[in-house]
Amino acid sequence: MNKKNGAHGIILFVIAAAILVIFLFPFWMVLINSSKGPFEITNDPLGLPTRWGELPGNIAKIWTSPNIQYQSSFFSSIVVTAGSLLLLNLLSAQAAWALVRTHSKASTLVFTAFVAAMVIPFQIVMFPLLSWFRAITQLTGIPLLRSFQGILLAYVGFGMSQSIFMFHGFIKSIPLELEEAATIDGCSRAGIFWRIVFPILKPIQATVLVLNGIWIWNDYLLPLLVLGKGNEIMTIPLAISNFAGAYVKQWDLIMTAILMAMVPVVIFFLFAQKAIIKGMVAGSIK
Amino acid sequence: MRAKRDHALVFWLFLAPVLFAFVMVLVVPFVLGFWYSFTSWSSDARDLSGIHFRGLSNYVVSLKDPAFLYSFLITSGYTLVNMVVVNVVSFGLALLVTSRLKGRNFFRAGFFVPNLIGGLILGYVWQFIFNSAIPELGVFFGIKAWADPNNLMLARSFPALIAIVIAGTWQYAGYIMMIYVAAIENVPVELHEAAQIDGAGPFRRLVAITLPMASQAFTITLFLTLVNSFKQFDVNISLTAGGPSTIFMGKPIFGTELLAMNIYNTAFRSDYLAEGQARAVIFFVVLAIVATIQVYANKKREIEL
Repeated sequence: MNKKNGAHGIILFVIAAAILVIFLFPFWMVLINSSKGPFEITNDPLGLPTRWGELPGNIAKIWTSPNIQYQSSFFSSIVVTAGSLLLLNLLSAQAAWALVRTHSKASTLVFTAFVAAMVIPFQIVMFPLLSWFRAITQLTGIPLLRSFQGILLAYVGFGMSQSIFMFHGFIKSIPLELEEAATIDGCSRAGIFWRIVFPILKPIQATVLVLNGIWIWNDYLLPLLVLGKGNEIMTIPLAISNFAGAYVKQWDLIMTAILMAMVPVVIFFLFAQKAIIKGMVAGSIK
Repeated sequence: MRAKRDHALVFWLFLAPVLFAFVMVLVVPFVLGFWYSFTSWSSDARDLSGIHFRGLSNYVVSLKDPAFLYSFLITSGYTLVNMVVVNVVSFGLALLVTSRLKGRNFFRAGFFVPNLIGGLILGYVWQFIFNSAIPELGVFFGIKAWADPNNLMLARSFPALIAIVIAGTWQYAGYIMMIYVAAIENVPVELHEAAQIDGAGPFRRLVAITLPMASQAFTITLFLTLVNSFKQFDVNISLTAGGPSTIFMGKPIFGTELLAMNIYNTAFRSDYLAEGQARAVIFFVVLAIVATIQVYANKKREIEL
């Protein structure tokens, strides 16, 4: 019996390892081909690079490439992602709490509208969004296209429904007694939320941050429309696509650019692996 | 009385920011979108003053366009195949990493990593793999079909669509796997033990215990994969960019242009904004109907089990 289990275990392990090799193969390709020149990458895309020393040179080329604007794109991606996450987290949490703790027709109606909005695909609102943003800018002078405030507003709008929905489910399970006690102690309504409720929301905040973070960091279509390619503000996906479009055949540099886009994310994953996986699963089941 | 007024005030104050974003980004564009789809809206006539009502003509033209019909056809096929492949692979992986496998957590994380890479970026990586790495692998392993440059997957429409399925599965399987893992681990161990004592083998236990107990997870995963496949855009753009071209109903068209891309290209490349919007409305209606039917059917199945 034991012996059979042992053989069984080895077979399982070999199968899993073989699949893992296939899953990690694309990462391997990016890594080895980032350190090749244009000749080598065409002649020998599978082999190890003859000189790993090519890598710093390629990185320097991407670092200074006018098409990719790596430093400013990376900065823009951080601003867009962090800003959207901060706003989505705070605004959705307080809205969800207000909706859960208020029993009125308005409250039910607003929540139903938010939930219904989750089925709206981006495709049906994306073109009118542009003309609407342009009209607002003409009217108020506040630029919404090609600007940080515009894309932050868009991400709050497109991310809030799901975030509120997740917060809503969590807040419902928090006993009301906690808040009642604070009221008796003279805590104001807003104070109750920020001092008592918000800290309790930590686990669900992690979920909301992870789900929105992966989405916003990698998103392509929304930044493409709101920010546009080749303008002052580009996110990493926009920059990569701008670069790949400009140098269709320079695979060595494209691979380097992709490597530089991947590494920060993979490092982040290694550190926050548990929270990320838990967050992704919890978010999908809600 | 003061407390009640305070309550109402805080309610609206707390809701104000998201309501503002909701109206600005979803409500107004959604309503405008329906209106635009019946008009002559274009990049020359962007303002409300310059456009006029055209009735259903954008819809009629769209439904007569071979490129749009073809996109609909391949998107339906792609969605169906992708749903099956992603879910079969994910469920298989989930069984693997919930078995008595050494280093389970390591494998889970490994299968999950591709999910962190955005569709646009991974499309480029896979383009390189299909065009450069696969022929070399063919030479290396002596597989003639892979090594032949005439056989490149991205060079013909049908294999190129399969390529999108492969790249999409690579990205998404780890995520769906995690949902199945959570479901499988929720099955009480006692159930398996009792069945084992009654003489049920691993396969019998899978069919009789694991599958029914995971039925709620199937509702979620099928819904997620359906919506995601139907909306596929990023991988499409960077992996095939719609090519290669093909002939459909006597007209040369893009061979791998999925719906989301067709909508985008109609609006911007061809500069028919209103027509692109009409296609987006059709896209929305079809997706909403199919997703509703699917969730409804799955819920019914869940109860029956």
